[in-house]
Amino acid sequence: MTEWLHPLGYALIAAGTGFFVAGNLGLIRFPDLYARLHALTKADNLGLGLICLGLACQAPSLAAAAKFLLVWALMLVASSIGATLIASTALACGLRPRQQRPGSMEDDEREDTP
Amino acid sequence: MSALALAFDLLLVAALLWLAWQALFDAHRFSAVAHFMVFGLVMSLAWVRLDALDIALAEAAIGAGVTGALLLAALGRLPAKAGHAPAWRRAQRPLVWAAVATVVSATLALAWVAWQLPRPGLAGPVAEVLPHSGVDHAVTAVLLNLRAWDTLLEITVMLAAVCLVWSLGPALSPYAPATALPGLPALTRLLHPLFVLVPAYLLWRGSHAPGGAFPAGAVLGAGGVLMVLAGAVHWVHDARRQPLLRLLLAAGVLLFLAVGLAGLGLAGTFLALPDALAGPLILAVEVAAALSIALMLMAFYLYGEPGR
Repeated sequence: MTEWLHPLGYALIAAGTGFFVAGNLGLIRFPDLYARLHALTKADNLGLGLICLGLACQAPSLAAAAKFLLVWALMLVASSIGATLIASTALACGLRPRQQRPGSMEDDEREDTP
Repeated sequence: MSALALAFDLLLVAALLWLAWQALFDAHRFSAVAHFMVFGLVMSLAWVRLDALDIALAEAAIGAGVTGALLLAALGRLPAKAGHAPAWRRAQRPLVWAAVATVVSATLALAWVAWQLPRPGLAGPVAEVLPHSGVDHAVTAVLLNLRAWDTLLEITVMLAAVCLVWSLGPALSPYAPATALPGLPALTRLLHPLFVLVPAYLLWRGSHAPGGAFPAGAVLGAGGVLMVLAGAVHWVHDARRQPLLRLLLAAGVLLFLAVGLAGLGLAGTFLALPDALAGPLILAVEVAAALSIALMLMAFYLYGEPGR
C-alpha cells in the first residue's frame, strides 16, 4: 500500500532541488539586498519544504517523518523573522530598494552590498 | 555506488581546502567570516561521512554556529574601514610563505603518522570494556570514562578562554537594534522552550546514542546567546549575582574534579569510576558540564567582565 511513497519521495526531492537551484541563482544574480532576500526566503524555503516532505515520505516511521516536517516548520519561523530583521535593518540603515524607472536603466548598476 | 561516494568525498575535500583558503586569505573580512561558517558546515558533513555523528553535531553547533556568530558580532563592532584586511607588506611575505610551508609539512607528517596507526583501531578494546563504563554509547564512554582526562582539560580550556575574554575589560551592552520590530524578542520567546527541550533530549540520548554534554551545551548556549544579543538576560550584569554566575561557570570543572578526586580516594586512580556508580556519576558530570558550556558560550558574547 505504501510502496508508491518511495518514488513520490524521489520526485518531491528532485522538485525541491530545482527550487533550491532557482533560489540560489536569484541570490547570485538579483540586483539588490531586498530582491536577494526574496529569492532566498521564498524559493529556498519551498525547496526545503519539498525536500523535507520527500524525506518524510521515505522515513521508516511516522515519528521520523514528523521530525522532518518539524525541521521545516522551525526553518520557516527562523527564516521569516530573520529576513524581516535583515530587510528592516537595511532600510533603517539607509539602503534604498532599487527601483527601475523608465529612463534610468543605466545609472543603477552599482553594487548594493551592506 | 562506491564511485559516487568517492566522488562526493573528493568534492568535500576540495571544497574544504578552498573554503579554508578563502576564510584565511580573503581580503574582505565579512566574506572571510562567511567562508569560515560554510567551512564549519562542510566540515560537519565530512564528519558525518566518517560516521562520527557526535563530532558532526558539535562542529555544526560550536564551529559554524556559535564561533561564526561571535566573529560576525566582533566584525559589527569594528570600525567600517576595518572591513578590508590590509595587503601583505613586502617584509611579511617570507613569513607568510614560511608559515604555509610549515603547515603543509606538518599536515603531511600528520597524515603519514595517521597512515601508520594500527588498522582496526581501538573500537574492539572499547567495545570490550563498554559494559563496565556505565553507558551504552562508545563515544560517551570514551569521553567521560575511558578518556575523561581529555574532556576535563577541554572544559578547563573553555573556562580559561572565558577568563581571557573577561580580562579584556568591562562587559559591553548589546547594540540596540536599528529597527523597533518585535521580530527578535518574539523569536527568542517563541524558540526558547525548544532551546531547553532539545538539550535535555540530547543529554538523555548521550548515554546510548550520539549526543551528550557538548552538543547539549552548544544548543542551550545558542539559545542563551540569542537572548544575550536581544538584551534579554539582565541577571548576568547584576553585581549581586556574580558569585552565582561564576559558580555555575565553574560547575562543570568543579564536579568533574570532585568525581576525579573521589576516584583517587576510592579506586586509587584519578578519574577512575567504580562500575556501580559510573552511570549516575557520568550523568551528573554531563548535566553540570552542559550547563557550564552553555553559560561559557553566553559569557563570550558579553565581550568583557560583567557587573563591573
